[in-house]
Amino acid sequence: MRPTVTHTPSTTTPAGAAFSPPAAADAALVLQGLNKELGGRPIVTDLDLAVARGELVCLLGPSGCGKTTTLRMVAGFLAPDRGAIVVDGKDVTGLPPERRPSAMVFQSYALWPHMTVFKNVAFPLRLKGVGKAQIAERVEAALELVNLTHHMGSRPGRISGGEQQRVALARALVQEPALLLLDEPLSNLDARLRVKVREEIREIQQRLGITTLLVTHDQDEALSVSDRIAVMNDGRIEQVSAPTQLYAEPETEFVATFVGSLNRVSGTFSDGGFVPGPEVTAVRPEDISLHDHPGSATFPVRVDRVVPHGSFIEVVLSGEGQTLRAFRSGTVPVVGSQVHARVERSMAFVDGRRVS
Amino acid sequence: MARRLTTNVLLTLFLALLVVFILGPLLWLGIRAFATSWTYPNLLPDGWTLEWWRKVIADNQLSTAVQNSLTFAPLTVIVSAVICLPAAYAFGRHDFAGRKIMLVGIFATNAFPKMGLFVTMASMFYALGLMQTVLGIVIVHVMGTVVFMTWIPAAAFGAVPRSLEEAARDAGASPARVFFRVTLPLALPGILVAMVMSFLASFDEAQGTYLVGYPDYLTMPTQMYSLVLNYPLQMAAVFSILLSIPSVLLLALAHRHIMGGQLAEGFQLR
Repeated sequence: MRPTVTHTPSTTTPAGAAFSPPAAADAALVLQGLNKELGGRPIVTDLDLAVARGELVCLLGPSGCGKTTTLRMVAGFLAPDRGAIVVDGKDVTGLPPERRPSAMVFQSYALWPHMTVFKNVAFPLRLKGVGKAQIAERVEAALELVNLTHHMGSRPGRISGGEQQRVALARALVQEPALLLLDEPLSNLDARLRVKVREEIREIQQRLGITTLLVTHDQDEALSVSDRIAVMNDGRIEQVSAPTQLYAEPETEFVATFVGSLNRVSGTFSDGGFVPGPEVTAVRPEDISLHDHPGSATFPVRVDRVVPHGSFIEVVLSGEGQTLRAFRSGTVPVVGSQVHARVERSMAFVDGRRVS
Repeated sequence: MARRLTTNVLLTLFLALLVVFILGPLLWLGIRAFATSWTYPNLLPDGWTLEWWRKVIADNQLSTAVQNSLTFAPLTVIVSAVICLPAAYAFGRHDFAGRKIMLVGIFATNAFPKMGLFVTMASMFYALGLMQTVLGIVIVHVMGTVVFMTWIPAAAFGAVPRSLEEAARDAGASPARVFFRVTLPLALPGILVAMVMSFLASFDEAQGTYLVGYPDYLTMPTQMYSLVLNYPLQMAAVFSILLSIPSVLLLALAHRHIMGGQLAEGFQLR
């Protein structure tokens, strides 16, 4: 039985405000018990997710984790084997893509090369039978939003990758969709442009208050633009949390490893020494402090390597039979010297689950 | 230094030979068509005239042949497109059982000597009453174009990125709309190339037309046989030039609109 979700008027949320997990009735998008097998292999298993109105939720995970399959089911290109997709209180599970209230930005942008930028953006409106004058007005507004009005007459093949990406975004936004879907929208851009465009996307998303589902394998991208992140692994959602929460309090070993850097050892650090054991102890590199003199709960380590990263320095240490990485700023330790390390904060996992 | 010189000399010699063998006959043809007579030791013809052109145009049989050719070739392209393009779309876009075998099977019509094929076809055509009919000739012509009209558009349809079609679906277009607004325009350069090649194949077809159409329907290439045997050489030259006009025109058009156009540019996109 599929749940009936009642339509509720949108509640405006101030930009940047933290979202709490929405109640199903309040959500702009609800995924309920989605299952999908492809070629006899389960790709997505029992996936539940609710996205609040105006919220940007990111599906983050390694390639093959089922995040793109999930997005394609939401867009309507794949039919789920079981489960329901509800957009704005309406069950769209059985609808073809052209009748869904969502608009997608493709990884490859998928701009039609035989149409000008203007015609690309105008196409969805022409299909809807919008009048000529209104099309011109809305297309211009959409292109203005992405700063591309000067390229209206250009063909997609003649503009840069970043500009093509913005045209694809304008083509999605001009439809005023109930739900914006972004499939790895930045993966074809170079590193510098990626940071710029993702900030633009986030800024526009917040300004318009448009509900967005973004798929990425890039944790930086997910952490920097999302209201909440759903980390996927092996077809399941491991954790759904706000970016800071996700980083500071990962619920599973997978999430801890996938998001941010991590030292992982089998055993525990206790009272300044290392005790081998069955449980996995995970320490973020910034949670290891280095001291010149022994103190409480410190243990001696040797500096093996120093890797400058610009704003911080990565120090590779060995001690207690373990190799550890620590991040620090300020003075650069001498390679080969003996220093004292202290674990300021650690997490413990048993069978992949967080225990402390 | 010396080696570079020899390479240069050899290259120049090769290019000169190429010019002589390719342009030579064309030049000879061009001069012939306007010459009163041209005998061996003279480098230039004895006189210039447009008489042969007048004669070719005035000759009833020859002008009928021109008309026939200009009817059969477009007709063949249309019939072939109607029959083959849907198949090409299926080959390019769908993976079905027996796809590979059928693709190779289509090539089979071109794998055997044409004459053998036509002889067996002739016996069938006699039985079906297709000899000396327009339909019979069109069937023979279409057969020669099936490979072009299937393989090239199939590759063109297959090369249209699926994401472009999906984006159109996402934007609100029905599957039929997607085909006519996205898939077909993007596959058009390949389809146009296939049409040009089919047109030329039909325009140049002589053996099958002769077998099926003689003596009621004679096209330009079939007329060449009797021209060479029964008319002055100059008229054959004029006719050859006429016969090559569509090829040159179509190739020029194809070059301008397919190779240089924005459609080709579009294919550089992902």
